[in-house]
Amino acid sequence: MPATVEREKELIARIIAGETNLFHELIRPYERMVYISILTMVRNQQEAEDAAQEVMINAFRHLKAFRGDAKFSTWLVTIAMNEARQRLRKAKAAPHESLDEDKEDREGDFTPAVLTDWREIPSEALEKKEMRQKLREAVEQLPPLYREVLVLRDLEELNQEETASALGIKVTLVKVRLHRARMMLQKMLAPYLSAVAPARKGFFGRMFQ
Amino acid sequence: MNLECKHVWERISEYLDQQLDPKLLKDIEKHLENCEVCSAILDSTRNTLVLTADDRTYELPVGYSERLHARLEKAIREKAKPEDDSA
Repeated sequence: MPATVEREKELIARIIAGETNLFHELIRPYERMVYISILTMVRNQQEAEDAAQEVMINAFRHLKAFRGDAKFSTWLVTIAMNEARQRLRKAKAAPHESLDEDKEDREGDFTPAVLTDWREIPSEALEKKEMRQKLREAVEQLPPLYREVLVLRDLEELNQEETASALGIKVTLVKVRLHRARMMLQKMLAPYLSAVAPARKGFFGRMFQ
Repeated sequence: MNLECKHVWERISEYLDQQLDPKLLKDIEKHLENCEVCSAILDSTRNTLVLTADDRTYELPVGYSERLHARLEKAIREKAKPEDDSA
C-alpha cells in the first residue's frame, strides 16, 4: 500500500539526510509500476528488469532533484518512461518502430470494430487466461506513442495531468492519443470480446473516475 | 438532437472517463439506448480497459523484488548519499 504523501516526504528528507536504507521502503509500493510500464514499452522481460533496476538506482542518486511539486510516483514513472524511450531508440533495429515520428497524430482511420454478432453471453471470457494473453499482444502492437499513453492512463491509472507530465506532452495530446489507442485495442480485441455481456451501469464506474 | 454513430464513437473515450458535458452526455446516452451497435462498441472498449487494469494481466517475474533490492543495496553502499543535483 502506498505511503501517504507526508510519510513519503519524511522518508525522502531522511534519505537525503543520510538514512539511505530507507530508500528501499520508499520505492517498494512502486516496484511493480516501474517494471510493468517499462515492460510494455521494451517488450522484453530481461531488459525490462534491468531497466527497472537502473531507474531505481537513478532515482536514488538524483533524489535531491525531486522537488515535491509532483507526486513521487509521477516523478518515478517519468524516469521510467525516459529509460524505456531511450532503450527503444537504441533498439531501433526494429524498423517499424519509431518514437520520433508524429505521423500517427494526423487524421486517420480510428473507427472501432463493429460487432455484428454481438449478443449477451456471460462474461466469463474476461476471466480467461487466454484473454489476458490476447490483451498483452494487442498492447504490444500499438505504436509506442499510443502505447505509452494507454499504459500510464489505463494500466497504471495515472490521471491525465500526471500522464501528460510524465511524458512531457500536453493534456490535449494525451486525450487524443488515449482515444485512438483504446479504439485500436478495441479493434484488435473485438473478435474475442464480442461474446462478453454488457457491463451493468456503474459496475465499472470506479475505474473511470 | 439525433447523433450519428460515428459521432458517438469519437466520444467513447471521454464517455468512459466521464468527461462529457451534460448535454452531450444526455444525447449519447439516448443514442446508446437505441443503438445496439454503439452499445456493443462501448462495452467491448470498456472490457478491454477492465482487462488492461487487471493485475493478473501483467505479472512480475519470480524473484524480481529480491534482485531489485539487492542491486539497490549495492548502489546505496557505493554512494552513501544521493548526489546534489541543485548545482
